[in-house]
Amino acid sequence: MSFARDAHRLLERLSDGAFAALRPWEAASLSLAGEDQTYLRFNAGKIRQATGVRQLRLALDFRSQDRQVRFTTDLSGQETQDLCSLHAMLAQARSEAAALPPDPFATPLENHGQSEEWQEGESPATEGVVEQIATATADIDFAGLFATGLQVRGVRNSEGQSHWYSASGFFLDYSLFTVNSEGENKAVKGLLSGADWNGARLSAALDADRRLLAQLQYPSRALPPGEYRVYLAPAAVAHLVDLLSWGAVSYGAWKKGGSALRRWIEGEVPLSEKFSLRENFALGLGPRFNSCGEIAPMTVPIADRGKPKNLLIGARSAREYGVVSNGAESGPWSEEQLRSPEILPGNLPERDALKRLDSGLYIGNLHYLNWSDLQSARLTGMTRYACFLVEHGEIVAPIRDLRFDDSLYRIFGTELEALSDEARLFPATDTYEQRSLGGAKVPGMLLSGFRLTL
Amino acid sequence: MNAPQAAPTVVDPLSALSRLAGEADWIGLRFVEETSQHRAVRNGRPERNQVHRSHGAMIEAVADGQLAYAATSDLSETGLRDAACRAVRLARASARHAAAGFSEGLRPAVRGEFAGPCEQGFDALSLAELTAKLVAACARLRVSDRIVETSAAIVLTEHLSHYLTSSGADIEQRFHLISQNFMATARNGPEIQRRSLNGPVARCLQGGLEVLDFERIFEECERAGREALELLDADDCPDDTRDLLLAPDQMLLQIHESVGHPLELDRILGDERNYAGWSFVKPEDFGRLQYGSPLMNISFDPTLPSEFASYGFDDCGNRADRQYLIRNGLLLRGLGSLESQARLGLPGVANFRSAGWNRAPIDRMANLNLDPGDSTLDEMIASVERGIYMSANRSWSIDDYRRKFQFGCEYARLIEDGRLTRVVRNPNYRGVSIPFWHSLKMVGNRESFGIFGTPFCGKGEPNQMIRVGHASPHCLFSGVEIFGGGR
Repeated sequence: MSFARDAHRLLERLSDGAFAALRPWEAASLSLAGEDQTYLRFNAGKIRQATGVRQLRLALDFRSQDRQVRFTTDLSGQETQDLCSLHAMLAQARSEAAALPPDPFATPLENHGQSEEWQEGESPATEGVVEQIATATADIDFAGLFATGLQVRGVRNSEGQSHWYSASGFFLDYSLFTVNSEGENKAVKGLLSGADWNGARLSAALDADRRLLAQLQYPSRALPPGEYRVYLAPAAVAHLVDLLSWGAVSYGAWKKGGSALRRWIEGEVPLSEKFSLRENFALGLGPRFNSCGEIAPMTVPIADRGKPKNLLIGARSAREYGVVSNGAESGPWSEEQLRSPEILPGNLPERDALKRLDSGLYIGNLHYLNWSDLQSARLTGMTRYACFLVEHGEIVAPIRDLRFDDSLYRIFGTELEALSDEARLFPATDTYEQRSLGGAKVPGMLLSGFRLTL
Repeated sequence: MNAPQAAPTVVDPLSALSRLAGEADWIGLRFVEETSQHRAVRNGRPERNQVHRSHGAMIEAVADGQLAYAATSDLSETGLRDAACRAVRLARASARHAAAGFSEGLRPAVRGEFAGPCEQGFDALSLAELTAKLVAACARLRVSDRIVETSAAIVLTEHLSHYLTSSGADIEQRFHLISQNFMATARNGPEIQRRSLNGPVARCLQGGLEVLDFERIFEECERAGREALELLDADDCPDDTRDLLLAPDQMLLQIHESVGHPLELDRILGDERNYAGWSFVKPEDFGRLQYGSPLMNISFDPTLPSEFASYGFDDCGNRADRQYLIRNGLLLRGLGSLESQARLGLPGVANFRSAGWNRAPIDRMANLNLDPGDSTLDEMIASVERGIYMSANRSWSIDDYRRKFQFGCEYARLIEDGRLTRVVRNPNYRGVSIPFWHSLKMVGNRESFGIFGTPFCGKGEPNQMIRVGHASPHCLFSGVEIFGGGR
């Protein structure tokens, strides 16, 4: 049996055992997250570290008389041993719940139905991948991470709900480096992903990257801080969207004063009619159910032609603020986060982006974003990778990296001149604790003004 | 508080190692067991009661001269053997294209034990008692109706690791760790300000419940509540250039980002280029680069008992000791493990660390501390004609080479003619690492020294979040670009 089939059966057995042990006034939910992954870390085209990770993490969400506690543990995969651990956790959960005051926002567990999604495939042979990458990058300075294998997510609760998702696939997140005529390091970023590894796709992508690397070898231009006309490539826009998950479009964060877009949400400051943002699970990057088993709608419009439509609402916020949940999920550090965001494209043909930019900066990527003034939706970060000075629609020179500090009310509002007509898909490449699911689909953005500060 | 009970992990590490010894040319086994209790109260009501118990093993196997890793939470003989076979297969598959070869010298055959401080175990306080303390802290934070949100959270972690190798290493370590977060949110119409105790995640120490002095915490909560109100009514931080006095709870971030990360040898080797970035520091800079002013003395110090990342050995079994990285402003040594030292031919420290049983160790900074100087806080303030004092980090960003940074703080006061004056809100500053450290002109004495840390230092592919500690006195920098919010 496969890792995913074994994990599914284990979750069934554990939940049957745990739910049977519940008392009439108790309820519980079990969620499972696991992976059987190979991670290959490259530096200079060689293997820096090769790691196999096989893990199953079980969460017990226990409710008893308006009390809620949550326990998580690593499973061994041995049913008898794991069931013993689960019963010990259940006893501890019962004891802890009895020691706590009531939690008025603990939501009753509900039956949100049943679903199963299986996307199983064969992982490529490690030796072949290593050889193909090493051979294809023999003439380039290549660094990156290749991840491949199975990921599983499952939720079952004592009310009868059961959801399952498993998928196999890979990503290769990489950078290519060169040194320009002034001795500066310059780099291009790439990302390949999919269900099946294909070495020919890497070769084709590297051919395109080599052309950019050649342009990066020109002497770079050090530009003074100031306001520039810019074209943000889709990879750069994806970083802006990432930051929105730090509370910006969360209902709970908004109510608690932690949303950067509060003034937009409350109608004080508009965003551009060109800006439309939605959660779109049709992108197929992860399950629609959250850790409570709530199923999100296939699409959740958040900004529709600049107007606020919805915020992300999970069960706890729904209970506290008397609104309806749309199946959103909170992360460990931030309330309701985007899982499958999409910015709708515009009408700027991507091939015409430099011509339309005319004179300004082409920014290939951004790095290390953070709010610099949350209440003003102001954020800072750095340009990174392939960034160029453009004059009269032509690339003139690579630039030395610059720090920006600007507001989303300008970036998605007053300064948003056009969006490219093609949007790019960026599957999540985070691997904290486990490989992430989800991702984003975004176009490039032409901005009339973008504030660079250092 | 009672430690959560779970089924015992039936594994004898030595027997497990001996049974795996024939699977590879060399074997390492690292067992990790960690229990974290996250207790949080918001507005006086339970918000989060979560216990995470993590346990598993990382197997290191050498085959064809290459080292590879495999992690498993199945600690049965079958599970460990299967993981060892996976590690061997990975080692063989990658041997022809290895970035560096393996030698047993990279895993010293050291035996030892280490236990961090713990006078009062986590079971000295019941869950009901701890929850009551957090509820009381929320009440103390709410000093006015304009405080619209209060939160109090404590994370108690017990961590055990046991590392053994077929070449004779056998090391056990045990730690008790406590993180605290207390915060008040104040609102007046559209204006919202937050103030916490030293920043949201800075109060991180090793120790048992003796670390939690609740009477002091309650007093500080009241102060944080009052300061949140002060910020509501304050003007924005001015946009100009002036002397900057940083509190230890912001120095932690300044040291971390602009000294710690650029000195990591694996970054200098390029391992991190695809993710967190490279470094402006070059191998030839060690022993030559004047990193900052002569007042700058920074050590890698895993020996300060209460600091968050104090330990006896790193995750390859290298015994940890204190080493100066920068002395009198001169760069001496990098933050690199035995592997990085061998690859780069430079001296390093015992900092090969992993975030858990499912991650391979990499170079991490652990405790990085700035030595006290001889100035009192009053003397530093009195020396400033036109400056600003900032404390408690709330925003952080620096480039991939670790040069151009921009940091924001929760709280600031202007310094005018040698005195602390008006509170200003939304304070930020920016600069470039080397010129900034050269502008260090006064360093506080031991009385102004503070010990902080964070559980959230991110790095590595696959990603790892690890604990670090940073201790520093107040420090005064001249001519720094500062600015406020808005626009």
